[in-house]
Amino acid sequence: MASITLQNLVKKYGDGFPAVNDVSIDIDDGEFIILVGPSGCGKSTLLRMIVGLEDITEGELLIDGERVNDKAPRDRNLAMVFQNYALYPHLTVYENIAFPLRLAKGKHSEEETNKRVQAAAATLELTEHLERKPANLSGGQRQRVAMGRAIVRQADAFLFDEPLSNLDAKLRGQMRSEISQMQRRLGVTSVYVTHDQTEAMTLGDRVAVLKKGILQQIASPRELYEEPTNIFVAGFIGSPSMNFIPGQVENGKLQTVLGELEIPQHKLDKAEGKKIVMVGIRPEFFEDAKLVDEAKKPLGATFTTRLTHTEWLGNEQYGYMDFDPAPEVRDLLNSLAKDLDADELKPQIVVTLDSASRIRAGRDAELWVDTRKVHLFDPETGNSLTRDPEAGAALTQEAIQDRQDEIEAARSEANASGQQAS
Amino acid sequence: MRASTRTEKIWWTVITVLVLLYALFPVASIFATSFKTPSDLTSGKFLPTNWTGQNYEQILVGSAQDLFLPALRNSIGITVIATFIAVVLATLCAYAIARLNFPGKKLILTTALAVSIFPVISIVTPLFNLWRNIGLYDTWIGLIIPYLSLTLPISIWTLAAFFRQIPWELEQAAQVDGATSWQAFRKAIVPLAAPGVFTTAIIAFFIAWNDFVYGISLTSTEAARPVPAALAFFTGASQFQSPTGAISAAAIIVTIPIVLLVLFFQRQIVSGLTQGAVKG
Amino acid sequence: MSSTTANRRGAHAAEKRPKQVHSDRVKAERRLGWYLAGPAFIVMLAVTLYPILQAFVESLFSLRLTAPDESQFIWFGNYITILTDVVWWRDLGVTLLITVITVAVELVLGFALALVMHKALKSVRGLLRTAILVPYGIITVVSAYAWFYAFDINSGYINSWFGWLPFISEDTNWFAGTWTALFVIMASEIWKTTPFISLLLLAGLAQVPGELTEAAEVDGATWWERMRRVIIPNMKAAIMVAVLFRALDAFRIFDNVFIMTNGEYGTEVLSLLAYRTSITRLEIGLGSAISVLLFICVLLIAFIAIKLFKVDLSGNTGDK
Repeated sequence: MASITLQNLVKKYGDGFPAVNDVSIDIDDGEFIILVGPSGCGKSTLLRMIVGLEDITEGELLIDGERVNDKAPRDRNLAMVFQNYALYPHLTVYENIAFPLRLAKGKHSEEETNKRVQAAAATLELTEHLERKPANLSGGQRQRVAMGRAIVRQADAFLFDEPLSNLDAKLRGQMRSEISQMQRRLGVTSVYVTHDQTEAMTLGDRVAVLKKGILQQIASPRELYEEPTNIFVAGFIGSPSMNFIPGQVENGKLQTVLGELEIPQHKLDKAEGKKIVMVGIRPEFFEDAKLVDEAKKPLGATFTTRLTHTEWLGNEQYGYMDFDPAPEVRDLLNSLAKDLDADELKPQIVVTLDSASRIRAGRDAELWVDTRKVHLFDPETGNSLTRDPEAGAALTQEAIQDRQDEIEAARSEANASGQQAS
Repeated sequence: MRASTRTEKIWWTVITVLVLLYALFPVASIFATSFKTPSDLTSGKFLPTNWTGQNYEQILVGSAQDLFLPALRNSIGITVIATFIAVVLATLCAYAIARLNFPGKKLILTTALAVSIFPVISIVTPLFNLWRNIGLYDTWIGLIIPYLSLTLPISIWTLAAFFRQIPWELEQAAQVDGATSWQAFRKAIVPLAAPGVFTTAIIAFFIAWNDFVYGISLTSTEAARPVPAALAFFTGASQFQSPTGAISAAAIIVTIPIVLLVLFFQRQIVSGLTQGAVKG
Repeated sequence: MSSTTANRRGAHAAEKRPKQVHSDRVKAERRLGWYLAGPAFIVMLAVTLYPILQAFVESLFSLRLTAPDESQFIWFGNYITILTDVVWWRDLGVTLLITVITVAVELVLGFALALVMHKALKSVRGLLRTAILVPYGIITVVSAYAWFYAFDINSGYINSWFGWLPFISEDTNWFAGTWTALFVIMASEIWKTTPFISLLLLAGLAQVPGELTEAAEVDGATWWERMRRVIIPNMKAAIMVAVLFRALDAFRIFDNVFIMTNGEYGTEVLSLLAYRTSITRLEIGLGSAISVLLFICVLLIAFIAIKLFKVDLSGNTGDK
């Protein structure tokens, strides 16, 4: 088990383009860190720099305080699960799992190797497949073999490179929870690359959001969701994405395409001096005004609009409305869409409504929005104007505490069972 | 896949028999001829009236052994050496093409293509003259070198196609698993590359084994003359006897390795030939 | 997205830029590439480019090995001798005839075989492939003898088997007439090389997505229409490559003719003419000129095929 420290890491390729640019992260012992971002953001490169498959152009990489920049992958004692599993097709499942042990010649007796492989196989429910070749396994089984190869090593840390992206949705969910439980049980430091934000939010103690090689924000999932530092993080985290609409402050109120919104004064103060701000509202901040508690209603703003269409999903429904922004705002939205890997879409606002709502497209409807939660962003820099760093830090601290408790519990349980056994 | 019905099965039996007839009839024909006695040759029948091994006797231990055995030795030696050199050179070359980024890849592949369509006879005349001048005429080396022009191009194309399909990230996975670069190559890559190299060797062997033009043009004695060329110089047991039986027997003997390789490795040969063609 | 591709893409992008600074790693990779590929490349050039240049030089001399001292520089005299001789044109005609007929027959036969292998039930697929590979692997000279002995007037059985046909009798000497001899020569050539073409076509067939034919079937196309409108257009590239390869190969035909007739009775082909001139008669100057002309013919065929029919030989093998 180890801590990993990334200090100002830079990766430049032959053409001088920095794929990873000045990234610093302190990864605690036993922590589960997610690297997330749209494709081409440098997350995989960063992971491969940690494991040693890519050279580090600048900066320092420390494992347990020791500089490992120049160490070969095999000397770093890290285990990696590859996107395509990287199983050796000519070896059986057993030999695939035993492969790292076989490489450390003489270190492990045949008996010990067997014990470890069997233990790993039992953990991953692979015992009955040990003699098969990878080609005869299902996707989920292959995934498990790849994990087995990591577990058997007793490596200092696990690195995952989009390990679930080749599985179908149902299996992905199942494997996600298995990885999560395994990580907690083993208490092993893990770094996990994904572009799937569900994986990012559910697995990570902390999530590092990258864009074009630059670290945007690293924080607990809750902090990312509730206190994003800029418009990119706000747009990337959450599904459906946060809505961005232009707004102007007039007479202590916010003028938007939705009409006049009354929002808390301390937020408005932050926007002082800006001619125009980007207002970020998550779909779930909206509700059918008819279904909102009378007591709650005054805390938000009510407005009338027309939805272009609705989608009923059972537990909730989505409503859509178009709006026509000014050209400069449109450019901003387009470049944001590009950063987020999305196509340029016509500007649209998505709202989440209770599934009981009777609001239908094409008719006037009264919506309510929880203005306490609204974010304001600087349209030039994209930075959040309303972020509260202290509240955010508190959220992340909570997550760290939770993790330490869980690992503590897992370790004492392991100790207890170990003592019982001996 | 649809379940095969009865009529479908009958159709396939008929088609299979037809294809087998097509592919094997000429071989069976010369096989039958090789067991005919000299007097039986003119019978006008497909099968020998009396099966006899005398033709094989003649070329292996009898009067024609001096013609056949050295030729067989030459064929095996020259073909194996040429195949080996071609595969080694092609493996290095194909690895570079499949794996590394360097200018000139296309040039190498195009050259290989150009060499493979080169008319063999155009090289023979200058080589004939040159070999006589520098003493390579009628030697093993004098055949091994031009055989490379036959075997190298197809080996490069086939192997490059094979190597492109190897999941090279395994090499990196092995390194993360604790292997040195050499261990990663030997334990993760070699087992995957070996079948491709082996298949290529079979195809290259076929091509070198088949050569006739170089064999007949660049040799003059049993010092280096390979079997296909030697067949053309066979004579009968006596002056008045045609060498038909002896040639047939020799032809069958040199066909045996081909049939064995095809029997055991048909799947690999087909994939090798088609991969080189499709990917290449 | 894996970073290997990012890495490659990065290096690739670097290659495309006009003024680039290569990192040591890129340079080292380039050097290693040429170290590994270089030997094969040099050997290929040494065994083809050098001889053909030598042949060109020698073709400008009136060189005979029987009288090497009388060698004289005569410019293109040898070429004039050859191109004004009716033998060259007759042999060219025979060679082209053999090329066109064998390739045409092989294409049809090979396509049929490819279809059979493509559709074959699993139980017979291996057997069919094994059978088809026998002619591919067999020595051409052996094939030539097999066909020769079957048709030969003395040792053959074809005459007695097919005696009931009006133009075949006990005394039909297949190898005494141009057309009958060419028939057997071509039969042997076709038998031996059809498997190769059918394997190339099989690969082409396998690349036609099954969904396409299914879609056509749903759209109401008959078997023949599916073949003609969907399958063949989609494997045109494979067909063209197969035809070109085989045509260039057939143009070099030598073994079958040498064994069966040795070029007698008007069956001589260009390769045999070159062989007879330089190896048998030791007229190196003339023989070299024929070699060069043959080489030019092959270049012409390849050039015409590539330019006119747009055969893409390199396929997708670029530097990816």
